[in-house]
Formats: sequence, structure tokens, C-alpha cells
Amino acid sequence: MSIIVPVAVISGLGLFFGIGLAYASKVFEVKADERVEKIKELLPGANCGACGYSGCDGFAEAIVNEGVPSNKCPVSSKEILSAISDVMGLEEGDVSQMVARVICQGTWTNADMKYVYDGIHDCHAANQLAGGMSQCYYGCIGLGSCQHACPFDAIEMINGLAHIIPEKCKGCGICVAECPKGIIKMVPVLTGYTVLCANHEKGGIAKKNCKVSCIGCMKCQKVCPNDAIMVKEFLAEIDFTKCVNCGKCAEVCPQSTIHDAMHERFPYEPQPQEAKI
Amino acid sequence: MKELFVILIGAMFIENFVLSKFLGICPFLGVSQKTSTALGMSGAVVFVMTLSSAATYLVNDLLLKPNDLEYLQTIAFILVIAALVQFVEIVLKKLVPPLYKALGIYLPLITTNCAVLGSALINVDPERNYSLLEAIFFGFSAGLGFTMALILFSGIRERLETCDIPESFKGMPIALIAASLVSVAFVGFAGLVIQ
Repeated sequence: MSIIVPVAVISGLGLFFGIGLAYASKVFEVKADERVEKIKELLPGANCGACGYSGCDGFAEAIVNEGVPSNKCPVSSKEILSAISDVMGLEEGDVSQMVARVICQGTWTNADMKYVYDGIHDCHAANQLAGGMSQCYYGCIGLGSCQHACPFDAIEMINGLAHIIPEKCKGCGICVAECPKGIIKMVPVLTGYTVLCANHEKGGIAKKNCKVSCIGCMKCQKVCPNDAIMVKEFLAEIDFTKCVNCGKCAEVCPQSTIHDAMHERFPYEPQPQEAKI
Repeated sequence: MKELFVILIGAMFIENFVLSKFLGICPFLGVSQKTSTALGMSGAVVFVMTLSSAATYLVNDLLLKPNDLEYLQTIAFILVIAALVQFVEIVLKKLVPPLYKALGIYLPLITTNCAVLGSALINVDPERNYSLLEAIFFGFSAGLGFTMALILFSGIRERLETCDIPESFKGMPIALIAASLVSVAFVGFAGLVIQ
């Protein structure tokens, strides 16, 4: 007999609270917008913060409550974004997926060192000291601040140069903001040929700083059939809206600065030439 | 009035939950990195402790004591506190959204906090023989003591962030050492007897 009372008391309490809570949740129900739930499920759930909100949940609420365009999420594929637009009953915005690209080939062998850096292993810290230890003021410092910032593990450092692994890059743009040199650019995902240099120095100086720098020779601009290349301030720039990826510019580039960065992942390093006698 | 003051000083300093009873160490170390999060957590703890003190005292007095079931206190209190916190959360969400937002994630987090259960169990200790009002006030004061410990410690940890600490002590080890030092300081209150 004695066991029945305690069992009854505890299970009675449990039953009472269970029913009470179920009842309370009905009485005090707060109607949540069901669109928020639907969008939450559609979003990637990586909470990378690239949209500028605290996470995917915050972004979903902002889409519904504040009418923020869904294409602020750079990670979602086009299908997901149009599905979100369907939920909201809106026309989809101009969505094109972007990936990050490091526009530099200044490895430690291509660009010489100004000095030996022995400080904190961080690009921002090194940048304080005369703009980093690389000879090229514009180039990659190579201490991997972008690698640490990348939430998707899509950046690797090889020989003092950041590489973005295109298959892993979700295009969140965090590395773009992190790089103190501003040499990571967002490009449309299908872009192939890219000018892999950010040096605005005149040809001679740029060539001295780095073996594979753009010297502003204009050869690519002349050969381009679509007028997609413009040399501005001694640096070639490709207009991705006009570029058809024909690859003629890469063929004529004397410095091997232009590469099909989508297919060639590793930096070009000129082989040491035999000394002329 | 005097009794309440004795309870306040006792719960805050002499038997501070975190620093001399070692209850609620988990949030003490977990959310003390920033003073702002420490404040949010403390607010939720004070709130829940006060409410749960009242609820558990009544359950003990009306249900367990008459049936000689004091040995069921722990399990019954866990049940009561968990249900109460859930209920409060539902009500706050509907009626006081600003408070619900301010307490945020911390409210459900402390459902199973040992400090909350500890205050409920100490309250019904027959040696203390608290009345309902005293029990509620004890819960409130214990919450205040928790707040004090958490804010003190978050201040220390914010300073530690910028200190030059040996590599092997960085992070949790130095936090544990600092916590033990604060705790040692509170031993000084142990001899305090207020009548």
C-alpha cells in the first residue's frame, strides 16, 4: 500500500502540469507567421551572418517582417531564393551566385620579402608594419586571416598565398571584409579568366616587386574581341558582363597574370631561367 | 523585518550559492565572459528562483508534508520547477513580450539549473523552518547573491581577456583559478554571525 501514495502523488503532479501546460499553450498561444517557419527551412542554416543579420532565423524574420530581399543571402542557390520569393509571393530579385576569388599570385617565391616578419600571425598586424612583408604593397600578406575567418573551410594557404577552393566557397563574402589588402573579390560563379593582380604601380616597379604582376602593357586590351578588358592605372580589369571566356588575353599576357582561375587553382610560378652567357 | 535582513545578508554573502555552496557553477563559468550576458542570465535566475521558491514551498507544505513524503522532494521539485519555467515562458511570450525578449534564451536554460533546485531544497530544510514569505525572500536573496557573484566574475574575466597569460593557462584554466580565488575571498564571510 505504502508505495501507491508516492507514485500517485508524483504521477498526479506530472499529469496536472502536463495538462496545465497543454492548456496554457492553447490559451496563451502567440500566432507566429508561418511564412517565417517556411523560409527558415529553406535557408541553408549555416548562420554565417553574410546577410547582415544575426543568423538564418533573424534573416527569415527580416524577410517576412521588414521586406528585406531574399537575395541578400549569398549562400543560397538560385532555386532556394526563388522558392523563398514564392513563399513571400514576390518577384525574385536579380540573383546570381557569386564566389570569392583572390586576385593575387604573390606567393613567397613570386614576390620577394621586404623584411622578416616575426610578429602576431595575423594579416592585420603585419599590415601595420609598412603594409606587410611582401615587396608588393598591394599583394597577399599570406598570414591567413581570411582562412581563419572563413566559416566553410574554403580557403587554404599555400606558400604564403590564399587560395579559395571554388567547390567549397559559398560566396558569403566574409573573407572579402576580412582581407586588409582588399584583394579578395566577389565574382560571378561562372567567371573563368581573371586578372590575378591588384598592383597599380607602373610596369617597371610592378615587375620588380613581383614576377607575375600586371605591368599594364595593354596587350590583353587590344586582343580582346569583346572590349571586355580595360587597363586603368596600369592594371587590367575584366568586365565580367562582357567577357565570354575565350582565353585570348591569357595567351598574350607576357607576365602570366591572367589565368582561368576557375580551372587552374594553383598559382603560376615562373621557372628560373638559365643565365644568359 | 530583521529576520528578512538576516536572510538577505546570509543568502548573499555568508552562504553565497556560487562561491561558498558551489551551486550553479555551470552558468557561472559559461556566461561570465561579458557583463551584458551575465546580467541577462542573472535576471532570469533571480526571476525563476523567486517564483520557484514560492511554488516548491507550497507543494512541499500542502502535498508532501501531510503524506510524509519528504524524501520525494528532489524529484517533485524538479518537476515543479520545469513546469513552472515552461509556464512562465508561455505567459511572458503572450503578455510581456519585452521581458520575454530580455530574458531570451536564459529562461529555458536555467530550468534544470542546480542553483534553482538548491534554493528550493534549502528553503524546505526543517532546521530553517521558514515561513512562506521568508522562503520566497530567501529565493530572491539567493538570486541576488548569484547575480553579484556573476557580475563580479565577469568583470574579472573581461580584464583577463587583455592580460598576458601563459599559453597553457589561457581560457578556462585561468578562469577556474580566478573563480577559486574569489571563492577563497568569500570564506571571510563564513565567520559572520548575525542575530
